[in-house]
Amino acid sequence: MSSILLIEQALNGLQFGVMLFLMAAGLTLIFGVMGLINLAHGSLFMIGAFAAATVAAATGSFLLALAASLAAAAVAGVIVEVVVIRRLYDRDHLDQVLATFALILIFSEGTRWVFGSFPLFLDRPDWLSGSVMLPFGIRYSLYRLAIILVGLAVAAALFLMISRTRIGIQIRAGENDREMIGALGVNISLLYTLVFALGAALAGFAGALIGAIQSVQVGMGEPVLILAFVVIVIGGIGSIKGAFIGSILVGMTDTLGRSLLPALFGLFMDPAAATSVGASLASMSIYILMAGVLLFRPKGLFGGT
Amino acid sequence: MRRETILNFSLLGLLFLFPLWAWVADEPFLITLATRAVIFAIAGVGLNLALGFGGLVSFGHALFFGLGGYAMGILAHHAQTYVPMFTWPFVIEGTTSMPIIWLTAIAVSALVALGVGALSLRTSGVYFIMITLAFAQMFYYFAISWSAYGGEDGLSIYVRNEFPGLNTMDPIQFYAICYVILLVMLFFVFRLSRSSFGLMLGAARQNEDRVQALGQVPYRMYLTAFVISGAITGLAGALFADLNRFVSPVMFDWHTSGEIMIFVILGGVGRVLGPVAGAALFILLEHSLGGVSDYWHIYLGAILLGVVLFARGGLFGLIAGREVAHD
Repeated sequence: MSSILLIEQALNGLQFGVMLFLMAAGLTLIFGVMGLINLAHGSLFMIGAFAAATVAAATGSFLLALAASLAAAAVAGVIVEVVVIRRLYDRDHLDQVLATFALILIFSEGTRWVFGSFPLFLDRPDWLSGSVMLPFGIRYSLYRLAIILVGLAVAAALFLMISRTRIGIQIRAGENDREMIGALGVNISLLYTLVFALGAALAGFAGALIGAIQSVQVGMGEPVLILAFVVIVIGGIGSIKGAFIGSILVGMTDTLGRSLLPALFGLFMDPAAATSVGASLASMSIYILMAGVLLFRPKGLFGGT
Repeated sequence: MRRETILNFSLLGLLFLFPLWAWVADEPFLITLATRAVIFAIAGVGLNLALGFGGLVSFGHALFFGLGGYAMGILAHHAQTYVPMFTWPFVIEGTTSMPIIWLTAIAVSALVALGVGALSLRTSGVYFIMITLAFAQMFYYFAISWSAYGGEDGLSIYVRNEFPGLNTMDPIQFYAICYVILLVMLFFVFRLSRSSFGLMLGAARQNEDRVQALGQVPYRMYLTAFVISGAITGLAGALFADLNRFVSPVMFDWHTSGEIMIFVILGGVGRVLGPVAGAALFILLEHSLGGVSDYWHIYLGAILLGVVLFARGGLFGLIAGREVAHD
């Protein structure tokens, strides 16, 4: 395998990791601040993608579609938080898992009801299609490069928001002591709704960006959701930094594993068997990574003790 | 008699009489429906041991359900195509004998549960939920990419496996097998929950520190419960695959984990017969709502949401009250 192909795969891994971060950041924030495990986060991802596909089909504008994905997911997040999630903060994790699993059933079937079972398509805009020349003679898809840059920018903005702004201070305080910041006059239930809406908007945004690479269909959020779980388990639940590092690790491992492992096994096996064994192992690689991390750090890389 | 006891016996009686009636009325479809309920109940009984009695919220029991299914699929596939599974270092042939398949399913599930449990139980709480989920997904993706046994398409077998002295293709006879297994498992779990191990496990769920102070090791008890729990669910998986004569990666899917959990919750967590009530209710809902709308999962979701938010304790909690509160 040539080094150019390797760099291209590494960029793909980075792009995948950055997208995972948008999902994982919301999950880990919601868990860190409210102590809630939210399985329905994948549904918000899906809602973002469907909103983007619908608006893009109606207006033809990709930027409007992105804005719609943010808005739709945030609004869905607020509704869900106010109607259901709010009642779950004091419950144990089992109840949270079940209730949010029920939400997935409702969202998935509801979307199938409205949009049908056939996938929708979200085209990337003309000004982002084609490829771009990077240093060292590497050609790379402009759209994927844009995703990486946008994702990194969002990550940076999120870090700044958490560490520098007033709302970030409240979020961090909420992670440490919920009763205390309530006593200090912060409107807790508003803060919770805001955090949930923020997480939802990030998930919906990721859904729209990914929707232009894959097809937009019911259930598209679930594989991403489970990977995002792996990410925050590796990174340590509640830690944004952990979510970022975990995302990049998982994205890289998955993408490079898929391209490298079959080639690696091809060195000492016949090609057909190498492809099959390599593909099987590659699909398991991130879970092996997770098991390895847990063996040494049961609370994840950046989890508290 | 306590209301829970009455409910227990009427449930078992119903599961005995209903297929009998369906058999007399010549409604094989209803017998198959009841068989599904009973097999789901066995899977739920398995999960209930970890979830209800041990307080281990495993969101990955599809893993064991699928392993049992694939144990059946692979053994029967080799037996029916006359290709030995291994030729080295010694020849291992496939088999179509149900008892051997069951034992294999139990052994494989228990072994994997030991590995997965040993790793996952290093953590607790929300980490445990996510890790069990992730391990099940790992096997899901592995099954999809494992083309030797059908990959994504799954593996079908032509004839149901054999049980000495019975015709397993006859729905009522296959039902009888599953029903008896359910009774055995219920008795086993009932005895286990009353044994010193079961009592200690319940104590560990309620207060780990005190159990530790008594000189017991909660980790070991959890692991034992998790292994037994996985083995029972694996057995259910083998039966389920035999019922459909088909096994596919869907059995490993996380929706399956969610559904097994729903059986336990709908019925009532920590009640010996809770999963039986839950599975029966689930099949009833699936059958009746499935007729109303293609999108019956919406209603299932709404009902589940209602149970979680307003009727904790499930069906048993509603009917039998909280007189034997487990927490």
